[in-house]
Amino acid sequence: MTNMAEDLKAEARSVGTNLEAAPEGRRLPNRPSRSNRSTREQKARTTNVLIYGVLVVLVAALMVPFIWMLSSSLKENNQVLTVPIQWIPTEFVWSNYTDIWSRIPMLGYLQNSLYLSVIITVLQVLTGSLAAYGFSKVRFPGRDVLFLGYIGTIAVPWQAYMVPQYIMMQQLGLTNSFNALILLQAFGAFGVFLMRQYYMTIPDELCEAARIDGLSEYGIWARIILPLSKPALASLALLTFVNTWNDYMGPFIYLTSNRLWTVQLGLRSFVGQFDAEYAMIMTGSVISVVPILIIFLLGQRYFIQGIATSGMKG
Amino acid sequence: MTTQTITQAPVPERTAPHSRGNRKQARRNALIGWTFILPNFLGFLAFTLIPVLAAFALSFMEWTSFSAPKWVGLKNFERMIASDSFWVALRNTVVYALGHVPLTMALALVLAMLLNRKLKGIGFFRVAIFFPYITSLVAVAVVWNMLFSPDSGPVNQFLHGIGIAEAPGWTSSSDWALPAVIITSVWRDMGYYMVLYLAGLQAIPTELYEAAEVDGASAWQRFWNVTLPSLRPTTFFVVVMLTVSSFKVFDLIVVMTNGGPGRSTTVLSQLIYQEGIGEGKFGYSSAISLVLFLIVLTVTVLQFKIQQRRER
Repeated sequence: MTNMAEDLKAEARSVGTNLEAAPEGRRLPNRPSRSNRSTREQKARTTNVLIYGVLVVLVAALMVPFIWMLSSSLKENNQVLTVPIQWIPTEFVWSNYTDIWSRIPMLGYLQNSLYLSVIITVLQVLTGSLAAYGFSKVRFPGRDVLFLGYIGTIAVPWQAYMVPQYIMMQQLGLTNSFNALILLQAFGAFGVFLMRQYYMTIPDELCEAARIDGLSEYGIWARIILPLSKPALASLALLTFVNTWNDYMGPFIYLTSNRLWTVQLGLRSFVGQFDAEYAMIMTGSVISVVPILIIFLLGQRYFIQGIATSGMKG
Repeated sequence: MTTQTITQAPVPERTAPHSRGNRKQARRNALIGWTFILPNFLGFLAFTLIPVLAAFALSFMEWTSFSAPKWVGLKNFERMIASDSFWVALRNTVVYALGHVPLTMALALVLAMLLNRKLKGIGFFRVAIFFPYITSLVAVAVVWNMLFSPDSGPVNQFLHGIGIAEAPGWTSSSDWALPAVIITSVWRDMGYYMVLYLAGLQAIPTELYEAAEVDGASAWQRFWNVTLPSLRPTTFFVVVMLTVSSFKVFDLIVVMTNGGPGRSTTVLSQLIYQEGIGEGKFGYSSAISLVLFLIVLTVTVLQFKIQQRRER
């Protein structure tokens, strides 16, 4: 909390000195003449300070759940829901973060989540980028109809076919196993769609030239398209990983034994069993969010790009 | 969205396949194309496409975990219409959508307009606002459940603080549980739609604003006459996505309230789960699935039509 406020202050200060480099292009119709330049600058500066003020207050308000989660995770149970609210624990109970591993099999949950997320992400990125190449760079009859089938299923809510999927998995004897989730989630149409959107922006002339140079289609995919599509691959990988990590319904439906549970299921069940252990519940929540936070901070550029590609160009 | 994608598809035609060599080439291409698509397609066919088609067929069958499938025509739908829980779930889902869609859209737009400027450190604010969207859902639900705790939760303490004596009971009250879920989901989703709006805002040519300002338009007039009309494609897309996602709402409800108290937050997806997977009524639950799908489809098509009429 205090750290964030410090960061913001530091940023605000550095902007104060840097104001000329921050053009308010839209608001200034013509290049200001020399005479009224200083008043305009003055005005821009006050506007900026005002906007920073609004943004700091707004973001702080929106971050309250996170701040509260973090602060509660370092309290005793009976200090979490106090009147008035204690934003900073009177005494930091770091032991919550060491005790949780023995209270619930947190490490096992984390391993399960990681295992599922990695396998599903690898399969989705690999098969998705292969199929996207087939759909965008190889011409053959029936291709576009097939792609229409892919797109069509994106429009069908997953909830509408979860029951047939479940029956199928039951018949195959795969319920209560990771394989059910891997099979259901690794071949999604979304990955194909996202990658194809990106491949469409790569000029065909590039593939054509490679063909003339004698490269096979697989060679073109591996040596030309894949290296060129690193940003899209990163977007898809990050989105898939985070989605799988955060998925609740899939594991909820398919994983019944405790030893297979993911972080999400483990946390939910902990809440159900010990609903008065507020502090420990918050500790678990923080632990379930931290991996996502790290991944997000490392690759936030790709997240935003992925959303922009799959969303806007669609 | 989908139609655009299809029409975007043209890949430059190569010379028409007339000669035998070309036909051979075409067959080779088909073979190569399929080898690329096949690894994904096999999984997609077995675990998405077939279940989708099966869901349609199942809704006209009677099939439970104890009996063999039997064709029964519209019987599942008759039962559904006569069922009270179906109407409760449908009503809750619609109320959720009516709250979630406009609130998320408005807040996302406001945030995007605030954050659409070149200021130092603006990236930090964008990232912070986006983060709830990818935070694990269980953590979100658990934290908000505690924030909403009726007696000493921070939300009600805040409400007491600003002079509201009778603060609502939120997730423990059947009147306020749905609003609590809506608030949580708006908080979670608005960062995502803000990103979409930011992309839309950045695509508006600066000249439009300059021209408006030369004409003496006020900030409010510029917003109404330049920003909003230019954002129409984005808004259209946002509304479609939001509406569809609202009707599909599932995990947040399961984790936050599990449909309760009573049936006050039970939604369609949850009903499908309870009937189909919980109680093994495969046919009956598929009938509800079909309704869910038809609602989503109708909303999407309707919004496409409205968009087309506006553009004419």
